[in-house]
Amino acid sequence: MPASTPDRALGGRARGQKRRRPSSAGRREAIAGLLFIAPWLIGLLIFTVISMGWSLMLSFQHYDLSTGVAKPAGLANYALLFQDPRIGLSLRNTFVYAVLAVPIDIIFALILASLLNSVKRATGIFRTIYYLPKMTPSVATASVFLLLLNGNTGAINRVLGWFGIPGPQWLVDPLWVKPSIVIMTLWGVGGTTVILLTALQSVPIESYEAAATDGANRVQQFFRITVPLISPTLFFLVIVNTIAALQVFDQAYLLFYRDDKASAPDAALFYGVYLFQQAFQQFNFGVAAAMAWLLFVIIMIITGIQVFVGNKLVYYGGDNR
Amino acid sequence: MTVLRLLIMSGFAVMFLYPFVWLLSSSLKPRGQVFDNAIPPKTWMFSNYVRVWQELPLPAWVLNSVFIAVASATLVTLTSAVVAFGFAYFRFPGRRILFGVLVATMMLPGAVTLVPNYLIWKALGWLGTTVPLWGGSLFGSAFYIFLLRQYFLGMSRDLFEAARVDGASYVGLFWRIAFPLARPSAIIVWIFEFQASWNNFQGPLIYLSFGGPSSYTVPLGIAYAMTMYSPTAGGHGDYQYVMVASLLVTLPMLVIFMIGQRYFIRGIATGAVKG
Repeated sequence: MPASTPDRALGGRARGQKRRRPSSAGRREAIAGLLFIAPWLIGLLIFTVISMGWSLMLSFQHYDLSTGVAKPAGLANYALLFQDPRIGLSLRNTFVYAVLAVPIDIIFALILASLLNSVKRATGIFRTIYYLPKMTPSVATASVFLLLLNGNTGAINRVLGWFGIPGPQWLVDPLWVKPSIVIMTLWGVGGTTVILLTALQSVPIESYEAAATDGANRVQQFFRITVPLISPTLFFLVIVNTIAALQVFDQAYLLFYRDDKASAPDAALFYGVYLFQQAFQQFNFGVAAAMAWLLFVIIMIITGIQVFVGNKLVYYGGDNR
Repeated sequence: MTVLRLLIMSGFAVMFLYPFVWLLSSSLKPRGQVFDNAIPPKTWMFSNYVRVWQELPLPAWVLNSVFIAVASATLVTLTSAVVAFGFAYFRFPGRRILFGVLVATMMLPGAVTLVPNYLIWKALGWLGTTVPLWGGSLFGSAFYIFLLRQYFLGMSRDLFEAARVDGASYVGLFWRIAFPLARPSAIIVWIFEFQASWNNFQGPLIYLSFGGPSSYTVPLGIAYAMTMYSPTAGGHGDYQYVMVASLLVTLPMLVIFMIGQRYFIRGIATGAVKG
């Protein structure tokens, strides 16, 4: 962002914008504008409008990939969503993962960001170190954690052993499958941390000084000043991270479903993985499309609830936007 | 207090760095010792880094990954900038509504269009090529358009009016003035997209799995190697090569982050605050 916005910036509501222009020039400008945004418009048409329309159509069809023939299926694909026990299973798994991962990730990130924000020295180097895992391709993360989380030889259980804690069979015991993936996700907590750090840095110091003179201790300051002032960012993170958690795929697929000859624990069957299997391993495109729409509706409902609740909790400064 | 905090932060730093050190160490071990958690390795096998190029079709994977990531990042930066300038500079009917649509598409879960997009690429006859993995970049990307538009909106209109008086065309305004001035933002977009494309696993899994291993990208290839070496698939547990490849796929990202860190962090923060 340029530091200072000039009087007549393109985005400004300068009076100059309303001045009369010859209409032919106006028309030329409008055509040029539409031509500039044309690439996006074409992409929108193909990869959003046509794509979503086709997806909706597919969900009411039996589609045969080899012949390209689609037969009407009525509501059969949607009916299947309620009959197939693996749909319910994968939804439950996904919700449990999201409920675990989203709060833990944000709380841990908030702790790290607060630490970074409270120390004047060496913030840059720590921020860099915390962020590095976020740059790591998921496949490299998976190949390392597959071995770190190994119940018998893995480094994580060895460290737990130093403290006399018998580590679980992370990747085998159904109870510990989801925590395993949460741990992998947490390694990449740096993304959330950096966003929260920016929010913390924008809290004016005067607010703390005022609170300190009022006798508020550090904990009170944190919950009464910091949290409300960064609540718009927290709100944004909850929504974005929830949407991402509901679509989790890479980690679960790489750890458990990569090798189609090995059996995978049911506890690792996430909705995104099952959707992928239906589409690109079973080639049930109609079922996969119906699954996609179900997920879309679920995401919309959850986001809607979060926005509704969030608007009551989030502090947007004096003008309430 | 500060000392205590620095100690805690260092503790966390060790936790975050440990998997990298572990990866580096494992990549230098012989077959039987990959899982022994010894840092440093008991036996140093620098030859892993030579052998891996014969063991796995790594050159082909690297070439595929580099091509797809560079094509994606470069195309999406250019087209997103063009579209963003269209939204920022020009006044045309429906501009606000269309921009609202653009913002709305950012919320669309990718899973919904996964299947039909596959069928669209199939209908266009591009299955079995890398086109589906970078072709979408020809049409810009909502989040990047949003980011770049924010940047353009801060530019002075007088600058453009003056250029118009001097006879510059609209294309000239964009190419000679707006785009060069937006370079910091364009770099952010390029790095973001390069990372997304380089790290992408699901895309290549869908579009490149059915070809031979030499058509894979590095991430897809590593997943393939993990299975290939696994004893359940008849392999001999040569995971040290998986570790070498994992390190090689990670390293460019770490280097890019170190170099472009300042731009990068600013981009993440801007995206979050505006979003």
